[in-house]
Amino acid sequence: MTGFFQGLMRFRRGPWEMLASILIALGVVMLMQPLVMWAYTYSFIVTLTGTVMFIVVSHFPD
Amino acid sequence: MSDTPFDRAAKATPPTVASKIRGLSDRAIAWIFVLPTIFLLLAVNIFPLIWTINLSFTNFRANRPNREVEYIGFRNYERILTDSDIWLTMQATAHFLFWTIFFQVLIGFTLAWLINRKFRGNDLWTTLIVLPMMLSPAVVGNFWTFLYQPQIGLFNYGISFLTGVDPSSFQMIGDVTLAPWSIVIVDTWMWTPFVMLICLAGLRSIPDYIYEAAEIDRASQWRQFWTITIPMVLPFLMLAVLFRGIENFKMFDLVVQLTGGGPGSITELTSINLKREAFEKWRTGYASAYAIILFVTVFGLASIYVKALNKVKER
Repeated sequence: MTGFFQGLMRFRRGPWEMLASILIALGVVMLMQPLVMWAYTYSFIVTLTGTVMFIVVSHFPD
Repeated sequence: MSDTPFDRAAKATPPTVASKIRGLSDRAIAWIFVLPTIFLLLAVNIFPLIWTINLSFTNFRANRPNREVEYIGFRNYERILTDSDIWLTMQATAHFLFWTIFFQVLIGFTLAWLINRKFRGNDLWTTLIVLPMMLSPAVVGNFWTFLYQPQIGLFNYGISFLTGVDPSSFQMIGDVTLAPWSIVIVDTWMWTPFVMLICLAGLRSIPDYIYEAAEIDRASQWRQFWTITIPMVLPFLMLAVLFRGIENFKMFDLVVQLTGGGPGSITELTSINLKREAFEKWRTGYASAYAIILFVTVFGLASIYVKALNKVKER
């Protein structure tokens, strides 16, 4: 876990890609869940943030 | 000595053109070969995407091309993301996605595990199992509507034979509770072989010496399965899940042919709903925003898929 946060602080590709993947997955879950409307409303912005982040951080060094 | 096609092409090239080509660097020649593909990619993929993004901020309607187009900012996105009907189609898609993937992975892996055991007629069984995947989704949708017929359908008779329920007492396609399951069953029937093939590739990539070493260490079959088979097939399984997830998110033809989104809109998946908005209600700007939301979602999932693929390559 410490390694993950250190990787984030040092702008390493692995942890940032992991974070972006989590955001994308969270956005997809929010889009399709049947429980709360507000989660559906904000799902697109979460997925979009994750996807743009993924494109940017995939250029970070390993 | 006979001329090769290259020699003939060289002779046929006019000297002025030949001298120009000879003067080109390898890099320039590479660009000449690649440029048509780049142009095609821009024309077929990138330009429509940019145009769709542009349309998603307007109130454009394709059936009224002469009407003045207004830029309305993010209003289309706001409407879609606060529309409870679209939310329901997302839930229908989620139901379809979750259960198809669950059953396809479960049955696909089990079939792969059985097929991987060496037995007589192994290749014949593999070919037979893979057959549904080779059919067109429209054809599959069409003949499953006949199989689901309450009066003459084989499916209803099969269920009747197994459970004793009267075959005409239930309608798979016409019933609100059964219709979502009817599309899950057909998609599972069609695409389980695909998951099986991926799992089979994973199972066949495990070297025998690992199992031999485990046998020497007196590991039970159960332990070998959980500590060798599953971890080594997991990347392949993950790939199968992502492949099917992305494909089923865009599912259209099979469901349209089978239920047409009904009864009501209970099996109306997002792609069917999107087609209705775009080409029945002609709300082009609104449908463009809808398409962009779906595109970003699928693109995000595809990004994770590429990452997973790279991890598999590293192993």
